Amino acid sequence: MLYSRNSFHTPFTLRDKFFDLDFTLLLSILLLGIISMFAQYSSSGGQFDYHSKSHAIRFFVFFFFFLAISFVNIRFWNDYSLLIFISLILLLVAVKFFGVQSQGSRRWINLFVFNLQPSELMKIGIILFLSNYYHKISSSDVNKFKYLLYPLIALLIPFMLVLSQPDLGTAILILISGVVITWLSGVRWRIFAYLSGLFIVLAPIAISFLKPYQKNRILTFLNPDSDPLGAGYQIIQSKIAVGSGGLFGKGFLNGSQSYLNFLPEKHTDFIFTLYSEEFGFIGSIFMVLLYFLITFRITQIGNVTRSIFGKLYCYGFATAFFVYVAVNMSMVLGLLPIVGAPLPILSYGGSSMLAMMFGLGIVMSCNVYKTNTVS
Amino acid sequence: MLSFNSSNIISKTKTISRRMFLITSFKTVVLLGIVGRLASLQISESSKYRSLADKNRFRESKIAPPRGIIEDYFGNEIASNTKIYQLHINPETTPDIDLLLFRIKNILNLSNKKIILLKKKIAKKKSWDTTIVSDNLTWSEFSRINLFLHELEGAHPIVSVARFYKDNSSAHAIGYVSEISKNDLKNKKYLKDLNIEGVEIGKTGLESSLDEQMLGSPGYLRYEVNAYGKKIKQVATSLGLKGKTFRTTLDQNIQNISTEALEGVSGAVCVMDIYNGDVISMVSSPNFNPNSFVHGVNKDEWRGLTEDINKPMLNKAVSGLYPPGSTIKTLTALSALENDIFNPQQLIACKGYIDLHGERFHCWKKKGHGVLNMRSAIKRSCDIYFYEVARKLGIDRLSKTAKKFGLGQKVLTNYNEEKAGTVPNTKWKLNQIGKNWYIGETLHSGIGQGYFLSTPIQLCLMVAQIANGGFKIKPRMLVDENNKINNLQKYLDYKKKNPDSPNSIEQQIFEFGLKPLFRNQENVNFVKDAMFAASNEAGGTSYRSRHKEKNFMFAGKTGSSQIKKFTAAQREAEVKQADINYLERDHAWFVAFAPVQDPKYAISVLVEHGGSGSSAAAPLAKKIIKKVIERHELRTAQTNQQLGKNI
Repeated sequence: MLYSRNSFHTPFTLRDKFFDLDFTLLLSILLLGIISMFAQYSSSGGQFDYHSKSHAIRFFVFFFFFLAISFVNIRFWNDYSLLIFISLILLLVAVKFFGVQSQGSRRWINLFVFNLQPSELMKIGIILFLSNYYHKISSSDVNKFKYLLYPLIALLIPFMLVLSQPDLGTAILILISGVVITWLSGVRWRIFAYLSGLFIVLAPIAISFLKPYQKNRILTFLNPDSDPLGAGYQIIQSKIAVGSGGLFGKGFLNGSQSYLNFLPEKHTDFIFTLYSEEFGFIGSIFMVLLYFLITFRITQIGNVTRSIFGKLYCYGFATAFFVYVAVNMSMVLGLLPIVGAPLPILSYGGSSMLAMMFGLGIVMSCNVYKTNTVS
Repeated sequence: MLSFNSSNIISKTKTISRRMFLITSFKTVVLLGIVGRLASLQISESSKYRSLADKNRFRESKIAPPRGIIEDYFGNEIASNTKIYQLHINPETTPDIDLLLFRIKNILNLSNKKIILLKKKIAKKKSWDTTIVSDNLTWSEFSRINLFLHELEGAHPIVSVARFYKDNSSAHAIGYVSEISKNDLKNKKYLKDLNIEGVEIGKTGLESSLDEQMLGSPGYLRYEVNAYGKKIKQVATSLGLKGKTFRTTLDQNIQNISTEALEGVSGAVCVMDIYNGDVISMVSSPNFNPNSFVHGVNKDEWRGLTEDINKPMLNKAVSGLYPPGSTIKTLTALSALENDIFNPQQLIACKGYIDLHGERFHCWKKKGHGVLNMRSAIKRSCDIYFYEVARKLGIDRLSKTAKKFGLGQKVLTNYNEEKAGTVPNTKWKLNQIGKNWYIGETLHSGIGQGYFLSTPIQLCLMVAQIANGGFKIKPRMLVDENNKINNLQKYLDYKKKNPDSPNSIEQQIFEFGLKPLFRNQENVNFVKDAMFAASNEAGGTSYRSRHKEKNFMFAGKTGSSQIKKFTAAQREAEVKQADINYLERDHAWFVAFAPVQDPKYAISVLVEHGGSGSSAAAPLAKKIIKKVIERHELRTAQTNQQLGKNI
């Protein structure tokens, strides 16, 4: 048996709950948060300005939020996942009409205290919703047409809403998370093959709807040297920054490439570039492994949790989390086009941080209530 | 059922675990891919990228945007930009920084202290950041630098722009700019991208409140440099955006006249259009040279300014707090009439003092005024009459009227340093001082002494609102971009065209959307008439300063605010103001509107420690009023031209 206590044990006191937390995961997150503060401090030019300060405050606030969620019974998240999903859809629709516009896209909604980016929360919302859906239906129904249509529609609505903001990066990440859960639940290979075929046929049409700057980014990715001072500038500069970091890096606060303002979004999407320049290969590998450890622990929690909902959620979130990291890193290392995907926790951005901590909190709740079968 | 359920769960779990295993394997592959990429970039190709980073990198320097201009109503530049010569150095591009500084020191005759300061400044920055050695070189220094430029590698003579103020007359109204301090960076978020060497920000006045809009957005210069930091080729340039230009309601000519009038005294002048609230002049004296701050004020000058007992750095027009003195009698009278407390025909005998509740209250005129009605009490500014009015009226009703007319609150929105002043009442005293109100204090308040505190701009607004017939106006310093005729002006034009309009005043007020401050306009007219008497009838307090030409005739009220109470001995000895200590002399006030036939402008003049309002303040007002009325037609023409543009 995996458990030292009997399998019907459910934690009652806060003390019990506290000792049921996964401390490896908890400490990894804390470590990542602390590294992120140093990285943000460096991206602000070595001073505590508005960015670095609010990043630090957000991390601590959301860390307590994460702990609070960990102690909420997993059944609660199962029961309310549909409601959460629908509210997020409504928020995305609200963004369409009342959203705050910035740099040509409408992604934020003004909640007076701060601007919220609902698409970031949708990354978690879709995982919650689909985990709950496949938890409910019988395994013999998974491949029936009727039961396939429902998740497909539920996936396409947020995808299209986010795509039209426009925010290609987040839309793709939402799509990937959805596909992963459906696939984990046992939907046949064949169905994915059909849909991919359809996608390839439709892709040229979809590309014609892309904004010129998005098209430009894809073209630039395919050949960055064609326009070294225009759109390819960021990729080249990012590569130079990472490459010049070498084995040991240039040292904290000494990244010349980053300080010279070559990276226009160095505190958000390009934070890894800055980190990598200053801490070199050793530091980068450490960071990659830290992220992998977090993914690994989440998968482990998925292994021990008893409910289908919890398993699907943990596996789905672990994969999604890994995809965010992989997409962001590949992007700044010149392996993927620049699509605008933040690095979890390390990047500056309140909504993204909130979504990640919320997602991790539910994972922790799966661990605390691992014996709970939900239904 | 249970068995179905558990078998269902088992089959689901099996599928999920199998597929998760596949995903984990896939993740491992991706992870290895990223690690491989990192290894290739940072280990095998590291030297290539390092040389790319070192030998052939791009540099970006920010360019300070030109600051927006501040103009007067006629488009004359009050605060403009001028060309200046600067010397910048770039430590990275010089082989020996100490040698460079040594040479510059000899060419510009800099002190050792300055060089040490510069070295400290350079040490704090990154090697590619520019440091300004001298931000305002004379032409001869600039040409000497250019002559020796071949041996000054790393030094860059630069032609830049900086703030320039034509004269000192608007030093307080406009304010001044100076370099960004640490506190500014902390408190003003909009400076985040503007912390560039050479950027100056507004510290006081309009320069401070309009700072964000006047700063503009910075430009940049992106260029490629070689291993020695030498510029190889320019890559991209953006000049940035010039800050917004603002047109104020001020009139430079009147500013000059007001400054002239206040020459040699400490005080303030405000002039306001009584219909649209345009502040035409706002001057505080003594003033200072705002240009001194642009390139950093020197210590001696700063000490001189801060230690002067007349406080040249204080904008007395909006931040100076003084008891309003007898000028408040206009409102005491109005309040009593509006509340039906007092009949203006009621006669009271003034014998120079009155005993109330065991305390003796004096009139400023020792011999007394004899028997007067309310009109002559205002005209001759009798204190005894207003003690009686105030006693019957009570402080709370007086305070209500005073607040309605703009006292006790900020008048303008453009001054961070503006003060609200105090309008006392029973509640205020209980909250602020924690004591009950005494009847004696009501009497003092009735003649504008005691707790009352007001600014010159507040009293100017008060008179303006009396002069325009008792309608609320919103004073402004900036010309609205879509300058429109305001409702009050429309109403006036209508009244001129239809003098015998059958509509009642209530209907007209409603029709034009006016905000009346009165219950019965007759009461306001009574006060206006009494002010006319004070300036234009023999025996009036400002009779000696009157204008005889009909066009320039004004109606005003004097005032003097006590600093220190006269002792019985002083009163007995009939000590003159001129004989007592300067800092203990009364402040002199004069508020007026003009021309009397068809009022257009209101003015308030304050002379600190000037003694009596009639001798110290009224003559200054006389001079200014003449100029203001002379320029009325020009101003109207300018307004119409502006309106024409917007129609």
